[in-house]
Amino acid sequence: MTAAFVQPDLMPALPEMVMLAMTCLVLVVDLFLPQEKRGLTLLLSVLTLAMAIGAVVLVAPVDAISSFGGSFILDQLAVVLKIAVCAITILVFVYSRDYLVDHDIYKGEYYVLGLFATLGMMIMISAHSFLLVYLGLELLSLSLYAMIAFNRTSLRASESAMKYFVLGAMASGLLLYGISIFYGITGTLDINQLSQAVTTLQSSSHPVALGFALTFIVVGLCFKLGAVPFHMWLPDVYQGAPTSVTLFIGTAPKIAGFAMAIRLLVDGLGDLQEDWSQMLTVLAIASMALGNVIAIAQTSFKRMLAYSTISHVGFILLGILATTANGYASAMFYTITYAITASVAFGVLLVLNRKGFEAENISDLSGLNDSNPWYAALLAIAMFSMAGVPPTVGFYAKLTVLQAVVQVDMVWLAITAVLFSVIGLFYYLRVIKVMYFDKPLAEQETTIKEALDVKLLLSANSLSLILLGVFPSTLMVYCILAFS
Amino acid sequence: MYADWPLLSLAIWTPIFGGILVLFAGDREPAGARKIALVVSLLTFLLTLPLYTQFNSGTHLMQFVERHEWVAAFNIEYYLGIDGISMPLILLTSFTTVIVVISSWEVIQYRVSQYMAAFLIMEGFMIGTFSALDSILFYVFFESMLIPMFLVIGIWGGANRIYATLKFFLYTFIGSVLMLVALIYMYSKSGSFAIFDFHYLRLSLTEQVLIFLAFLVAFAVKVPMWPVHTWLPDAHVEAPTGGSVILAAIMLKIGGYGFLRFSLPITPDASRELDWLIITMSLTAVVYIGFVALVQRDMKKLIAYSSIAHMGFVTLGFFIVFRIINSGNGEQGAALALEGGMVQMVSHGFISGAMFLCVGVMYDRMHSREIADYGGVANTMPIFAAFMVFFAMANAGLPGTSGFVGEFMVILASFKASFWIAFLAATTLILGAAYTLWMVKRVVFGEIANDNVRALTDINKREFLFLAILAIAVLALGLWPDPLVDVMHATIDNLLNHIANSKI
Repeated sequence: MTAAFVQPDLMPALPEMVMLAMTCLVLVVDLFLPQEKRGLTLLLSVLTLAMAIGAVVLVAPVDAISSFGGSFILDQLAVVLKIAVCAITILVFVYSRDYLVDHDIYKGEYYVLGLFATLGMMIMISAHSFLLVYLGLELLSLSLYAMIAFNRTSLRASESAMKYFVLGAMASGLLLYGISIFYGITGTLDINQLSQAVTTLQSSSHPVALGFALTFIVVGLCFKLGAVPFHMWLPDVYQGAPTSVTLFIGTAPKIAGFAMAIRLLVDGLGDLQEDWSQMLTVLAIASMALGNVIAIAQTSFKRMLAYSTISHVGFILLGILATTANGYASAMFYTITYAITASVAFGVLLVLNRKGFEAENISDLSGLNDSNPWYAALLAIAMFSMAGVPPTVGFYAKLTVLQAVVQVDMVWLAITAVLFSVIGLFYYLRVIKVMYFDKPLAEQETTIKEALDVKLLLSANSLSLILLGVFPSTLMVYCILAFS
Repeated sequence: MYADWPLLSLAIWTPIFGGILVLFAGDREPAGARKIALVVSLLTFLLTLPLYTQFNSGTHLMQFVERHEWVAAFNIEYYLGIDGISMPLILLTSFTTVIVVISSWEVIQYRVSQYMAAFLIMEGFMIGTFSALDSILFYVFFESMLIPMFLVIGIWGGANRIYATLKFFLYTFIGSVLMLVALIYMYSKSGSFAIFDFHYLRLSLTEQVLIFLAFLVAFAVKVPMWPVHTWLPDAHVEAPTGGSVILAAIMLKIGGYGFLRFSLPITPDASRELDWLIITMSLTAVVYIGFVALVQRDMKKLIAYSSIAHMGFVTLGFFIVFRIINSGNGEQGAALALEGGMVQMVSHGFISGAMFLCVGVMYDRMHSREIADYGGVANTMPIFAAFMVFFAMANAGLPGTSGFVGEFMVILASFKASFWIAFLAATTLILGAAYTLWMVKRVVFGEIANDNVRALTDINKREFLFLAILAIAVLALGLWPDPLVDVMHATIDNLLNHIANSKI
């Protein structure tokens, strides 16, 4: 151990520093803004994220560089995921505006908390020590708890925030417990050193302790990802939270969760891959089974998407448990494209909200093709993408994951996965059925606010699902590069 | 002049982009949407014509090949090309789409632009399916076409349309996902998704059987073969006329095409081992489904069941070849069986399409498909009755019509394999005549049954046009099938050589 203080190289962390500085600025500026000028907060927040993307591109290295004594890493994986997280958060902020206005919660705190959550995700993505992973995760989680409870007058929102907080705190505790056991065995939290220590330990002693600690890490991780049987919070939180927050929870944090899985399991505990791969196999099958089957019974669109998320997490786990570079790359592709797809689904739901009307149930989408064929088409594309029907990107994402699984001779797992995705197809088709084949409900107003920026972004977002489906290489190249 | 044109790409993407154009024409301008749709479909048909005229029938090699890198990471290519078995089906597709556009001209009033766009986009996907030589490209087109068909049945269909369209989508999807796993498995063995690399991939018998079964599920649902046929009568009954036509004329053929392109050449040994299974399923379709058709009260349902029986001939022709080769009667008979199956597919495309259009013509006037609601239509609609009787005869396999050629070839070939198989197959000539002509008798002939029939008006020029075109096609193919058979000789011979060699 060197005691001397070495000035860390700050450049790799430039995006995070920009983010932090700008977020504080937004916080202060927002304090002095009158309500009618709240748009400036949104503008500044989007600018912050854009600057963060710019900073990421600016410092993007060819080879991985680490800083802060090895606990911070900037590699290809981090670059791609950070850009994805920031870009999706921009979408979230823009889509949310009208919803927040309509529900009288158009306040600066929403954006400030969102920015802090994004900062937490960026730290998780670049963390290369167990401690930093945990710090990033807590920054994200605490911001999310507050965002869910943000609509103070809503009982359901408060309830789900409470639920998320209690369960989330427990999961954090489990994760921390696992981390502390590893620290006890190896004496380090740095991922590189820990990985080496595990290699030597595995051949000599402590295999039981290693497995014990690993279990806690996997449990904590799967709670955050929402894999069965640690998924209980997900449907309630998705349903209870304001839709604009659900949109946020359902998209960007999945990418951060994927990064966390890669940092902890692959980078840190790669030598135990046989153990965690088996655990993930069980969890993945359970997630796909339960998520797809229970989603069929849902009447709430938000709850349905929650269960659909659970099944998609199962697919992401499939890619990871293949334990090949190819598998990680396909899981990464799957995660990013899933986040893009989910942002369309929630985005259209947000557009349907009006003052005094909370679009939430699947039946609220009735006859959307009659009242607004364009938004119906955008949502239909997202649904087909989630179901994995070509030519949307969802098909390609599933193809890459299945390919990775088959490559490691787990054909049975691939067959299980595709059979569950057939079950999944049913409830995605039901949404399309409601939009296209049913007539609009009588009392329903048909006018939809047409904010031009939202419409343009949402259209681009949805059409990108087809473009990425036709030209998947554009994104796939970066995913493969991240693990080569 | 066509030599350097990427004709296949043009044939695929013209209708797709044309369809998007129609979509943007919107419902404010239904007349415009119709006109654009007609122009696009005619243009596509013209683009596919050179595929026939410039086709070199002396080679089994792929023609009009286009090959570009698509997804480099997984060696997926944008790889197109046609041979003697895909070219006729592409022409059938572009031809039928023109007919469908004309036939829906006045009938469809609700969301015209979406309707026309769905058919044009579907046309592009179907042509893509027939010309794709990369299995993932094939799969993408194969699945994509479900989306427009799902919407067509669901939006413009009959009373029970939602059940029918969900069933249609789920059945087809469950079949094809297993095929996807098989494709990925072969990719992990060969490192390429090109179909021809799969053709030369060595596979053990166990592997072949599993892959064969995966393909079987995918294509048997599509054909559809007994016992996975139950989605078809539902889908046909509920679909609008145009949807029924495309479904019967082309979508079913994709299953048959899949057997020729994938099952037989990729898993020849498993096909030989399991040919009894396919033959049993095919004969069941021919005989049992024939009886089922006999008792139908709904005209569309009757034609749907008759489609299943006729497609049973196609699969019988494709899989009887192993027995013919074994019987020592040489490849002459085997080629006859395969070509018979192919001719049957094209001919069924014309005839079933025409039959559905005939029912559509009556349905537009009476809003009923029940046979019992009709009777004596010939008295009020003589011209239409002439067409209806002609197509019914063709459906029953009357010599001189295209319906006869394919069935006769398959039965003739089956005799070389086994008398009893041929005997059972030949019952279709009786059953087919029975259910088709009995329906015609009850609907077209006899006394005028009720006032609704009395009020019927005969077909207009537009209806005459598309029925006449189809009648000419049916007659031409029936009297002179050589132009169709000649283009596939080389391909079929090559296929037979290929499947005669064990891949184990």
